[in-house]
Amino acid sequence: MDSHASMTNLPDSAEAHAHAPHGEVEHAHPTWSTYWKVALILTLITVGEVWAYYIPSFVASRGFVPTLLILSALKFVIVVMFYMHLKYDHRLFRVLFTGPLLIAGLTLIALMFLFGHLFIKVM
Amino acid sequence: MSATVVHTSAPAHHHYTTLGLDSRKVAIWAFIGSECMLFVSLISTYLIYKGRSVVGPLPHEVWTDPTTGQVFKPILNIPVTSASTFVLLMSSLFMVLALAAVQNKELPKRTRGERILGSSKLWLWATAIAGATFLGFQAFEFTSFVHEGLTIRRNLFGSTFFTLTGFHGAHVTAGVLWLVTLLAIDYRRGLTSRDSLLVDISALYWHFVDVVWIVIFTLVYLIK
Repeated sequence: MDSHASMTNLPDSAEAHAHAPHGEVEHAHPTWSTYWKVALILTLITVGEVWAYYIPSFVASRGFVPTLLILSALKFVIVVMFYMHLKYDHRLFRVLFTGPLLIAGLTLIALMFLFGHLFIKVM
Repeated sequence: MSATVVHTSAPAHHHYTTLGLDSRKVAIWAFIGSECMLFVSLISTYLIYKGRSVVGPLPHEVWTDPTTGQVFKPILNIPVTSASTFVLLMSSLFMVLALAAVQNKELPKRTRGERILGSSKLWLWATAIAGATFLGFQAFEFTSFVHEGLTIRRNLFGSTFFTLTGFHGAHVTAGVLWLVTLLAIDYRRGLTSRDSLLVDISALYWHFVDVVWIVIFTLVYLIK
């Protein structure tokens, strides 16, 4: 029993078609079992992050920060895709979310460079 | 329950854009996009000033006051914050279950499990209680920090930390109030599948608050 096969999710679909002959309509949302599995995955990732925090040798290593950033980004994407249904919704919503997020992310990186938290090795 | 069916009945007054999308949902996504920028600006400020506090207490390091000799322990309490993070993650699960329950309100519920999964009141209550619990954890954390000498005016860490997490806490508070209004509607006249967009919009806001915390938890609490 997973996402698409066993369900029909057509919120206001007739109206959507009537008003948007060329537009996309929302696709099916995940089922309850998918939601539970996603929650389990999020919990396991969080446990992994906290566990990593308590391993001094790993904290001191170069891989610690990238690992935590990747795990955090993974959780972020999972929640946005499955709980916020961005994976299943209209692409305009994706643009409305990822556009500002991209601008904000680039601004953050630029500020980190400006204030000397990130370095570019020249030569 | 093996199937999730979302009913197609639309409210009497529509707010559709030319793309066939409900303008209220477009608005909440645009709002969430703008909120991304707000929180990234707060996170940027935190990161820029990270490690530049002249006096303690500090987040991950012991600091000794050179004038008094007083020793300040690392201020962040990772076990407590991990617990509050787990609570907020679970609140997102409860919120999607509340939305699914409202969307499938008209489906027949044959078993006890189906009745539990189909109870919008139960999941809305669970989400609101989880949100309030998170706020309780935050109140405990803020109070203990102040008792340990960290205030918003103490150092750069205190200023940026309380501003960032305080803004997030204010958003959680707004989310809890929003959930309470949905519960009031549910008790007053009952939420039906026709109200699914109302719950969907509040759910999007709630999940956004959750993803912001996912980032804060890693950048502020876990990365030393």
